[in-house]
Amino acid sequence: MESALLVEKTILVVAVFAITLFIAMYSTLVERKVAGFMQARFGPDRAGPFGILQPLCDGGKFFFKEEIIPAGAHKFLFIMGPTVAMFTACISSAVIPWGQELTIGERVIRLQVADINVGVLYMFGVVALGVYGIMIGGWASNNKYSLMGAVRAASQSISYEIGMGLSLIALLMVTGSLSLREIVAQQEGFVNWNIWVQPLGFLIFLVCAFAECNRVPFDLAECETELIGGYNVEYSSMKLAFYMFAEYINMFVSSSLMAALYFGGYNFPFMYDLGLSQNWITIIGVLVFFAKILAFIFFFMWIRWTVPRFRYDQLMNLGWKVLIPLAVVNIVLTGIVTIVKDTYF
Amino acid sequence: MSVFYFVAFLSIFFALMTIFAKNPVHSVLYLVVTFFTFTVHYILLNAQFLAVVNFIVYMGAIMVLFLFVLMLLNLNKDTEPMKSNLVKFMGVIAGMCLVATLAGSFRVLASSEPIVLKNPDIGLVGNLGRVLFSEFLLPFEISSILLLTAMVGAVLLAKNDPKKA
Repeated sequence: MESALLVEKTILVVAVFAITLFIAMYSTLVERKVAGFMQARFGPDRAGPFGILQPLCDGGKFFFKEEIIPAGAHKFLFIMGPTVAMFTACISSAVIPWGQELTIGERVIRLQVADINVGVLYMFGVVALGVYGIMIGGWASNNKYSLMGAVRAASQSISYEIGMGLSLIALLMVTGSLSLREIVAQQEGFVNWNIWVQPLGFLIFLVCAFAECNRVPFDLAECETELIGGYNVEYSSMKLAFYMFAEYINMFVSSSLMAALYFGGYNFPFMYDLGLSQNWITIIGVLVFFAKILAFIFFFMWIRWTVPRFRYDQLMNLGWKVLIPLAVVNIVLTGIVTIVKDTYF
Repeated sequence: MSVFYFVAFLSIFFALMTIFAKNPVHSVLYLVVTFFTFTVHYILLNAQFLAVVNFIVYMGAIMVLFLFVLMLLNLNKDTEPMKSNLVKFMGVIAGMCLVATLAGSFRVLASSEPIVLKNPDIGLVGNLGRVLFSEFLLPFEISSILLLTAMVGAVLLAKNDPKKA
């Protein structure tokens, strides 16, 4: 491997990592600001102007809190829990195409860490691994409430993964590729966005993404009123912060996945009609992509303060009896439309 | 080649750990790591699709279910069933038979010529799909019906009889 490529990829990885952590960090503040906005109050506004230093204060506080490992806990797995959660959350952003190519001098730099030809499946696999962090942590705590939370998280995640996978299959039938870069490149402009051909698939994917991220209204794994706090009851200090952080990173990654798969990623309307050079198109594309991601993150928060939590049997009924049959119908419809289009048009 | 030997060593090591671990939950976690090393083997064989599917299905779904059940059972030393001496005796005999078979097969071991695939990209998604849906369509469909049958059977067993309830 040539060294220039190595340097380029290293910079890209560090940048993606830093941006991910930064967005996750400020999501905590934005969440509380949005909550304040929804409930006609200010939200945190003491630390710095408009409270922008609040995440730093929270982080500092978490570091200096006493760290407690319960006597009956399995020590190694207790530490492994948040580690796995954080690790799987961080590696999932590797295949997302952040933008087109930048040309600096002679070099063409692709704004994507790894373009593997099964990118969509890679994302799916990493999401599937994410539940281990919660399960290991919940079990190792040696606490009945933690275990209940972990078990809920696992069954919820497995149930909704099926719906998510089926909705993705319909999308893949349209795109004909498993590479995220190619899927995004196909959605040039505005009318080619996949949301126009797969509205039902997107809706299913969206609901499943909420469930996979353990967000309200599907946050049954950390239902305070029934489980005290859920899988993370016994956790304190930075380990608790890692669990929360992993949740915010997952939210960021699923937002970027939805923006890339259904809303054209870095593509924006009239991108080639404005007479801009390739570098400018790329830069604006990256900004547009992040605007889409932030819009989705806002949507996640909006839902959180609008819809109340589901009951557990309602959650399972929705997953198995509504979303999965709908996804299958969507696949059949997509197949029929594809054949009719190929034959008659 | 050295990568292969390293990963193969890890596979066997974690597979042994799966058997020797006292705690069933640890055992499952070692099995998860074993499956991960299998995924690496598939990547080394340039079978990306198989690698990712192994990753999703075995590590992401089946092992989570295993873990799920074991956590609910809450097995520990007190509840462990004691095996009778007869079962232990039978286990020893079966193990010895396996050792004898393995020793016999190693005796005739000879390194074969390395097989070079005519098409090294056979493991990529497009090629795999084409092969499955043309050359091997019938076995493919039959195996999917087999899986469906198993699922229907499981649902039937789990379903309450309306007359009894």
